[in-house]
Amino acid sequence: MDKDLKRSIILDNYQDKSNRIRHDNDNNYIKTNTRINTCIDNIDLYIKINNNIIEDISFEGEACVISTSSTNILINLIRGKSIEDAIKIIDNYKKMIDEKEYDKDILGEAIVYDDIYKQPARIKCATLSYDGIYKELVKYRDSK
Amino acid sequence: MNREDFPMLNKDIIYFDNGATTLKPKCVIDSISDYYSNYSANAHRGDYKISQKVDSMYEGVREKIRNFINAKETSEIVFTNGCTDGINRVVFGYFKYKLKAGDEVLITESEHASNILPWFILEKSIGIKVKYIPLDSNYEVTVDNLSKVVNDNTKVISLAYVTNVIGDIRPIRDICEYAHKNNILVLVDGAQSIGHIKMDMMVDDIDFLCASAHKMYGPTGVGFLYGKYDLLNDMIPLEYGGGMNAMFLEDGYIELREVPVRFEAGTQNIAGIIGMGNAIDYINKIGLKNIIKYEHELKEYLVSELSKLDNIIIYNKDTIGNTVAFNIKDVFSQDTAMYLDKYNICVRAGNHCAKILNNVFNVNNTCRISLAFYNTKEEIDKLITVLKNSNNIYKEIL
Repeated sequence: MDKDLKRSIILDNYQDKSNRIRHDNDNNYIKTNTRINTCIDNIDLYIKINNNIIEDISFEGEACVISTSSTNILINLIRGKSIEDAIKIIDNYKKMIDEKEYDKDILGEAIVYDDIYKQPARIKCATLSYDGIYKELVKYRDSK
Repeated sequence: MNREDFPMLNKDIIYFDNGATTLKPKCVIDSISDYYSNYSANAHRGDYKISQKVDSMYEGVREKIRNFINAKETSEIVFTNGCTDGINRVVFGYFKYKLKAGDEVLITESEHASNILPWFILEKSIGIKVKYIPLDSNYEVTVDNLSKVVNDNTKVISLAYVTNVIGDIRPIRDICEYAHKNNILVLVDGAQSIGHIKMDMMVDDIDFLCASAHKMYGPTGVGFLYGKYDLLNDMIPLEYGGGMNAMFLEDGYIELREVPVRFEAGTQNIAGIIGMGNAIDYINKIGLKNIIKYEHELKEYLVSELSKLDNIIIYNKDTIGNTVAFNIKDVFSQDTAMYLDKYNICVRAGNHCAKILNNVFNVNNTCRISLAFYNTKEEIDKLITVLKNSNNIYKEIL
């Protein structure tokens, strides 16, 4: 993908406010925070799962452009998907980040980070929310 | 000043992260190598020449530190792994045994994690209460504000001499005077102040001071703890083993050695301690007064130049120390740091381990520039040019 197009997708997702919703007092949402894995990025994630489907997902917080935009892209990708499909998407995303074989077709806009490995300092930014959401999805799946 | 002494400054970087660690002059690096190459033996062990040389170098550093901070006795200087280690030793080796449930310890919300977490743990384990001295509108501590929260239960005031986010210099001398009138002991975190301001144990009348060598041009993993002799003599060692015991018997009887070696169990970081001593020699050679004067001028210049930029928010314009906390308007601090890194300008982004400061600071993350005497106006000019041209920051970092 062209570098300018990538940049514009990242910035659009960085500035998009449509997924920036808190659900602190709603028990239907699983809440998790990315701060566990970093000193600086601080994103709260809210995931509502019903009948094995991610019915709703949103986030709020303060983080860098890569971290924020990648969270927004992931949220758009997995909203409405089954837990299994969402896990598959995240698995593929991680493969892409780790420069392994991956299925490009299910990653949508997330392929803008396909060369993030060139900036090792930013890999964590690009995977922060993915790791957080993945952990919660696996926990939910295994509890059923 | 003295840029030629620092091998790292040949690497085409502008290093503005001296609050995290300072660069090391070649003489410090050489002194460590010299120990390993030319007289590598243990301290306090052998009756042979090179071991005696180690002993004399090792104890010589204690005297250099005593002189540097104007402590009364060399026995008041304990070698540690660094400032965090020192604070933990005092909290868990002294105050744990001297405080009781309900006693109060005063800190501030701008302390480093190292001067907060040990107290939190003590609060949980023995029921002391950690309270905060309110900060004034410049986020600084005043004796007036301190006096508002002191009561009969206040037993300890634990403060950084200079804070690591804002860089303000606390009125420690006045605080100690006030504290001692009220039977309160004062623990000072000297991590950010060592090598940047004059700390005088006898004049300031500090009870405990902790510092790290790596923040004063010395090696990592080593530092010192100063404590008034009577306090140290009453402190319980946290580590037991060789070098710190006078005798022990099969029935479990132990007699400990004198202060300060009582607190130095096992083989110490001898190379590090020698490096720390060399760093003190180096600072003395340049002159702490010259360093203070130069760093102050540099900080004034930095603030004045940054203030000219419309896109920059400075959070601590009015503080005296050598640290500036800022952000580019509407840009997350880490993105700014990445952008500056493209121009080989090293700054720190984040909350700088002062995670509760945002309660008063109203901003969670900042970029921090912390200066040292080897920084220059030319480096600041380069920074200003890069910040001035940051309109296309995302184009550059994405």
